[in-house]
Amino acid sequence: MAYVYAMIVEGRSSLTDQGVGASILRKEDDRLMRGRGQFVADLRFAGLRDVAFVRSPLAHGLIRGIAVPDDHKGSVFTAADLDGVKPIRAVSGLRGFKVSDQPSLAVGKVRYVGELVAMCVAPTRAEAEDIAGTVDLDLDELPAVYEMLAARDPTSALLHEHWGDNVFLETFVDVGIEKVLDAPIKVTREIRTARQCMAPIEGRGAVAIWDNRLEQLTLYSACQMPHIVRTGLAGCLGLDEGQVRVVAPDVGGGFGYKGILLAEEVCLGWLAMHCGHPVRWIEDRREHLTAGANCREHHYRITGYADREGRLLGIDCEATVDSGAYSAYPFSACLEAAQVASILPGPYDFPAYRCRTYSVATNKCPILPYRGVARTGVCFALELVLDAIAREAGVEPHEVRSKILVKPDKMPFTNITKKWFDSGDYPESLRRAAAAIDIGAVRLRQKRGEPDGRLIGVGMATYCEQAAHGTSVYYGWGIPMVPGFEQATARLTPDGGLELRVGIHSHGQGLETTLSQVAHEILGIDIAKIKVVHGDTAMTPYSTGTWGSRCMVMAGGAVSVACKEIAKRAARIGAQLLQTDVHNVTVAGGEVAGPQGSVSLGEIARTWYLKPQNLPSDVDMGGLEATVGYRPSPDSGTFSYATHAALVAVDPEIGDVEILDYVIVEDGGKLVNPMIVDGQILGGFAQGVGTALYEEMPFDSAGQPLASTFADYLLPGPTEVPAARIEHMETLSPHTEFGVKGIGEGGAIAPPAAIANAVNDALRPLGAELLVSPITPRQVLAAIARAGRSAA
Amino acid sequence: MKPVKFEYARPADLTAAIELGGRGDVMAKFIAGGQSLGPMLNLRLVQPDLLIDITAIAELKNIELKTDALFIGACITHADIEDGRVPDVCAGAMRAIASGIAYRAVRNRGTIGGSLVHADPSADWISALTALGAQAIIRGRGHQKRRVAVENLMTGVFECSLSQDEVLTGIEVPRLSPSARWGFFKHCRKTGELAHAIGAYLHDPARSVCRAVIGATGARPIIFSDASCLFGSKSGGRIDRAFAENAMSASGVTDPIEQQIHFACLRRAIEQAHA
Repeated sequence: MAYVYAMIVEGRSSLTDQGVGASILRKEDDRLMRGRGQFVADLRFAGLRDVAFVRSPLAHGLIRGIAVPDDHKGSVFTAADLDGVKPIRAVSGLRGFKVSDQPSLAVGKVRYVGELVAMCVAPTRAEAEDIAGTVDLDLDELPAVYEMLAARDPTSALLHEHWGDNVFLETFVDVGIEKVLDAPIKVTREIRTARQCMAPIEGRGAVAIWDNRLEQLTLYSACQMPHIVRTGLAGCLGLDEGQVRVVAPDVGGGFGYKGILLAEEVCLGWLAMHCGHPVRWIEDRREHLTAGANCREHHYRITGYADREGRLLGIDCEATVDSGAYSAYPFSACLEAAQVASILPGPYDFPAYRCRTYSVATNKCPILPYRGVARTGVCFALELVLDAIAREAGVEPHEVRSKILVKPDKMPFTNITKKWFDSGDYPESLRRAAAAIDIGAVRLRQKRGEPDGRLIGVGMATYCEQAAHGTSVYYGWGIPMVPGFEQATARLTPDGGLELRVGIHSHGQGLETTLSQVAHEILGIDIAKIKVVHGDTAMTPYSTGTWGSRCMVMAGGAVSVACKEIAKRAARIGAQLLQTDVHNVTVAGGEVAGPQGSVSLGEIARTWYLKPQNLPSDVDMGGLEATVGYRPSPDSGTFSYATHAALVAVDPEIGDVEILDYVIVEDGGKLVNPMIVDGQILGGFAQGVGTALYEEMPFDSAGQPLASTFADYLLPGPTEVPAARIEHMETLSPHTEFGVKGIGEGGAIAPPAAIANAVNDALRPLGAELLVSPITPRQVLAAIARAGRSAA
Repeated sequence: MKPVKFEYARPADLTAAIELGGRGDVMAKFIAGGQSLGPMLNLRLVQPDLLIDITAIAELKNIELKTDALFIGACITHADIEDGRVPDVCAGAMRAIASGIAYRAVRNRGTIGGSLVHADPSADWISALTALGAQAIIRGRGHQKRRVAVENLMTGVFECSLSQDEVLTGIEVPRLSPSARWGFFKHCRKTGELAHAIGAYLHDPARSVCRAVIGATGARPIIFSDASCLFGSKSGGRIDRAFAENAMSASGVTDPIEQQIHFACLRRAIEQAHA
């Protein structure tokens, strides 16, 4: 069998170029681009009724009473009705973590604007909203904890009184910081990133149906982690997992928001079990913005220590993350802040590091992990400090980075926080980005000045992105889920087609295509005959789902090994049909070939299913269906990386920032479909531009969210996102199938840092520096005014 | 996010529409393109009993070229103007301004009359038509007709001087003389967004008009009906920033950053006119 295996791994398919590395068009786009996708809101069921929620109008208050008019009794449900329903609880095993219980409908207190208080059901959503409007809440307003630094103050009002403070978790790490405290260059900055919303095109939504025959609850949900939602939902509702099926149909973007078990889903599940008809809730954009998909709010007090040439010697940081009112399931309230401590050092090698982090509870909706999770924030903080050091040392931004980027000859490399970088040439991505943006030409142009009076500047940022990190990384967090072996089922059908069943979900990533490409690479079956089944707990192996840029490494790896198992079994049947020994055959191009001829996988499948009399006596009785588990070893994650370089023009009179040029030099290991990777990078880049310049969810001092529509919450549009230039490098991961690395989040990580650094470079003649995201015209003009005052 | 239940009427003539609007026993709203009212209905910011759709009234789509002015019916869309289906009497100003309103999808349905009576201070037409010296033509019961300068139509944020039984039938834009110059500069953070600051300017010496507008201030536009005051006596043609800032302060725009952006927009509009 060793011979067959070797041929499978090394042999390229000869059928057509559909395998790993081919930029073929996406299979799923045939339905999605023709408007034939089937999303939760497209589903129709007899007797379906709609749900609207009564939500808290206050950020913090005691519930004195909930009055339901008599004519709506029976259509309105409050916490008192939800007997036996347990609160959502997402603990962390990290020492000192304080547990929050999130009731599905508020009990005793409301802790953020938009928290669910009552559930109203009616034939249509409009009527359900009518009923919701008649429910009268009697609330005693409490002081709102709306600012995370003030929330840490001992005199602050408390969200969860029994904690004694508002801190979910505090972490601390110190690696020899005292060695560098007297470094000649020391720059200290206070840096903030705004609270944002994820804003996928489709919001959340769910339909819940109770089936009396099966004694089973089916939840159709716009989610990206159906198996985890099932586990969490069964726990809250007190059902056996076998009594819950979660189906994620077509899903219009997730970005992390759709990994979360929602209180709305628990409510709908309970209602479906009690009301005798299917129920539906489709999140509207106001709910989404004000009460759902919040993310990203960080604060840093950070000091960089460097020698006179600008070589970074140490980073000392105190980071605070506004985690909101409750710990979200399954990632918990501490993932974001605690990750800050472990990933702040970025792709760099330097000797001293200290970091203290706080995950703080506030009267805002829970913060959720958004594409890049903490990386976008830490990249912003660290890269701004590196440029500040470069200015202090009088060196170029790429020079300050090239001194400390991990060198290729040191790979694999264990960094200061014990991250194990697998492979890559980080300095090369920096060199290429600096050359592509042409820093020398920018400096000349800056000397000449712009005819329109604007100021131009160049900025860079380098990051590395740990992806598909597995058991060895996550068991330490002690959160409700730890990823283990990823399984895939591969099944040849009697007509020679292939079904792939995977527990992850594809909601924009193109995995129906790329997983088919992986299978094609092994078996050579035309991808038109490969069906990827996903998004249904009843039909797929258990999986923690789609998050952490893990799908191509984990599910792709699982598909690869499952297809190899199918190849092995098909080879044995094929050898029998070819009247030769199994050691004489190879599997490629959709057939088993021997010295005297070949037999198609279709014929082999027909033999197994319909003509078993022709099977060899030693046939594998598992047949042509195999569920195989996969986990890379080591499983500490792949590290893709990139350098981003931005050229911007700043209008110092009205504060506008225009991106004139943008370069991304990226290494994602082996690219299964380079066209899809480009799409992932550009989509992430667009979100990064939003973080950098536009997106902000402000709150007032009463804890009221102030951006409740897209008129107030600005997303970049086509005219705000320039065409980025992408260059690929392709350093294989030494321990994954084909050498792939996870790349799903990277595009969103570096743009805020690169753009802010470019703005600061542009404003250098004015002595102004921006330390916030988003960089709004008001922030630019305020920074210029501050610089003018301090110069005067 | 669904509207409350409302009745819907689509009368074919103006008299019927005015009668419905003046019923008094119900809360009625006129709707034309619905590009602002639609979202407000969905958000339940407006909860009418009756929605009167005026887009079937032919009279409101009239365009009439007169010797010294152009009448544009209230239901003419921004796209009609952008695409040149409306004659040009303003040296291209109307067409240029129309093409910068929101997005094409909004311009396809949104109407010039709807934009004016919606009275959002950030919208383009309020400031632009004020600078151009346009008149609003209003019809009430019994074929009563009155006209009011566009700057007096808007009485406050989202408020205008129409009563329930009145309909804006259109606007009249004066024909500019050949030597006239105009400028319009608005500041949006992104394409299609409502403006955060607007500068509008018209210099038509043959008609003795020199008018400037600072718009999108969060209130009614600030009007300099004789904009020569902006240039001061000894400024040598330069715009007197202190004068403009005093005017803004007097109108409640006191934040220095807002003042700076508004002033920059005004200056750029004036520079555009004199370029």
